[in-house]
Amino acid sequence: MAMSDDTMGGAAAGPKKAAPVPKGRAAAAGGRSTLGQAVFLIVLIGAILLPFFSKNFFVFQMTMLMVYAIAILGLNLLTGINGQFSLGHGAFYAVGAYTAAIMMENMGIGYVWTLPVAGILCFVVGFLFGLPALRLEGIYLALATFALAVATPQFIKLSPFEHWTGGVQGIVIIKPDAPFGLDAVINADQWLYFFTLVVGLFLYWLARNLVRSRTGRALMAIRDNPIAARSMGVNTSVYKATAFGISAMFTGIAGCLGAIVIQFVAPDSFTFALSVLILVGLVIGGVGWLPGALIGAAFVVFIPNVAEEISKGLAGAFYGFFLIAVIYLAPQGAGGLLRALAQKVGR
Amino acid sequence: MELFLQQVVAGVATGAIYACVALAVVMIYQAIHHLNFAQGEMAMFSTYIAWQLLQWGLPYFVVFPLVILISFVGGFAIERIVFKPIENAPVLSHIVIFIALFAIFNSFAGFIWDFTIKAVPSPFGDGPLWEGAMIGKHQAGMIGVTLVVLLLLWSFFTFTRVGLAMRAAAANPESARLVGIRVSMMTALGWGMASAIGAVAGMLIAPVVFLEPNMMLSILLYGFAGAVLGGLTSPLGAVIGGFIVGVVENLAGTYIPVIGGELKLPIALFLIVAVLLVKPAGLLGRRVVQRV
Repeated sequence: MAMSDDTMGGAAAGPKKAAPVPKGRAAAAGGRSTLGQAVFLIVLIGAILLPFFSKNFFVFQMTMLMVYAIAILGLNLLTGINGQFSLGHGAFYAVGAYTAAIMMENMGIGYVWTLPVAGILCFVVGFLFGLPALRLEGIYLALATFALAVATPQFIKLSPFEHWTGGVQGIVIIKPDAPFGLDAVINADQWLYFFTLVVGLFLYWLARNLVRSRTGRALMAIRDNPIAARSMGVNTSVYKATAFGISAMFTGIAGCLGAIVIQFVAPDSFTFALSVLILVGLVIGGVGWLPGALIGAAFVVFIPNVAEEISKGLAGAFYGFFLIAVIYLAPQGAGGLLRALAQKVGR
Repeated sequence: MELFLQQVVAGVATGAIYACVALAVVMIYQAIHHLNFAQGEMAMFSTYIAWQLLQWGLPYFVVFPLVILISFVGGFAIERIVFKPIENAPVLSHIVIFIALFAIFNSFAGFIWDFTIKAVPSPFGDGPLWEGAMIGKHQAGMIGVTLVVLLLLWSFFTFTRVGLAMRAAAANPESARLVGIRVSMMTALGWGMASAIGAVAGMLIAPVVFLEPNMMLSILLYGFAGAVLGGLTSPLGAVIGGFIVGVVENLAGTYIPVIGGELKLPIALFLIVAVLLVKPAGLLGRRVVQRV
């Protein structure tokens, strides 16, 4: 781990092979693929250099950007690839965040180990929630997940869990320093940034490979035509519940990272607004286009600041108008716009 | 036993709120076959308008119908402006727009009237209904108004041509269009009515829970629970469901120690998921069979 930059280079070697693939379709032209590689490399190099040239607060913001990107990526796997809705992904984010907080502060376990535990736990929770959700489609699933999102803060406040969750007060987490003597070179914020970057790259690689695998094709078949998929021998129930689990796992890991970065968890950080934020990011970035998660995350991290500068309390209205504009003008989100642009330039 | 009765009566009173919201939910479901997640925020906004008018010194009996009218026009306009252009868009687009409206109303209410809690007077007065009664004047009034709204709706759908046309447009848009019903106008009408019912609910609730931009979120959830329990296709079912949810919520809060007085939202989640799993059509709803 001392060679964290090398590890990242290694992780980069995986994903750089293919261009952003729209809706999992194989990239049509070779030229597009090279363009995608180039963009990916530039973004990656920029991301590695960034913390050395910016203030700590900006590094923190960028870390949160990546955290939200991972959460949005998770929702994208569910909604974009498998066609199931969720207005309740804030709940899985909360489970991940509390896993990190309880393991680190109550049990004294290192933060690195909280990630796999949060991932597995959220997979199980998501899978279990996905089982009843199997019988719910479209608007009913939205309703059930809406209820989940609204009830989450109160679930956390329930008294039997109070011993672990700290009730309304929440839990304060101590920020981990960079290991292996790296703390002489980079500070804790920068270290968390790189840590998140590596985790994010790994998860992106995982998601991309999942979409291109047999499982991914089955998930997309269920999205496009569930009846046809079933008659082709796809076990829709298992796949849909699994999709819920995997999606929750991604979002849970994001929550885990988010808790470590913010150093604090409390029930009221995980309200319905958080679920809305993840959904907004998904729609802005482009439903079904995995790299869109980054664009969506950038939107949800930076736009509220801009809106707050104009007037306090208007961030929500900004979100709202942007969402309506996107649905009207670019239903495919940023991904759709970029594709249209690429086609125009390519011609 | 005394405590039990008291809790049941209190549950019926809160149930009236949920019943009213559930009615609005069912109304909109009849018109567009979607659940409007912005319903609660629209009702909250209407209530703010009512509060503002009362602040300006208008008497309650003027404000009440005026706000209902404003809300009707507002709901009608939202359908025409926002939803008409995306009539045939996929479900996700609709849900996203609901969420967008939710954010816009919530944010604007806070922006215009700020986030401090405001008290709204009750038109029925304070205190118990009679000396030593278990139920307050306002609670009794709430139940009364809910039942009147239900009766009006039922008569509207049963005895008027427009009501019949709306039912036809919801049940079978294609055929309705063929016999000369303007289906999209019926949808807009449904939006307007849902918005008006929501305004009634908001104005009734505000004296109980106090007015603030986030007041409707949990109430909307209970309203959904009531609507789902009663059956999304049945206004009567929605009212019954709303009352049941109110009673269950109160009893659970009293007798299940874990939940306590404050933390009752998980009950709504549990109710919704349980009903959708066990009896998706609800108590009085029609079963929908899908043809393959």
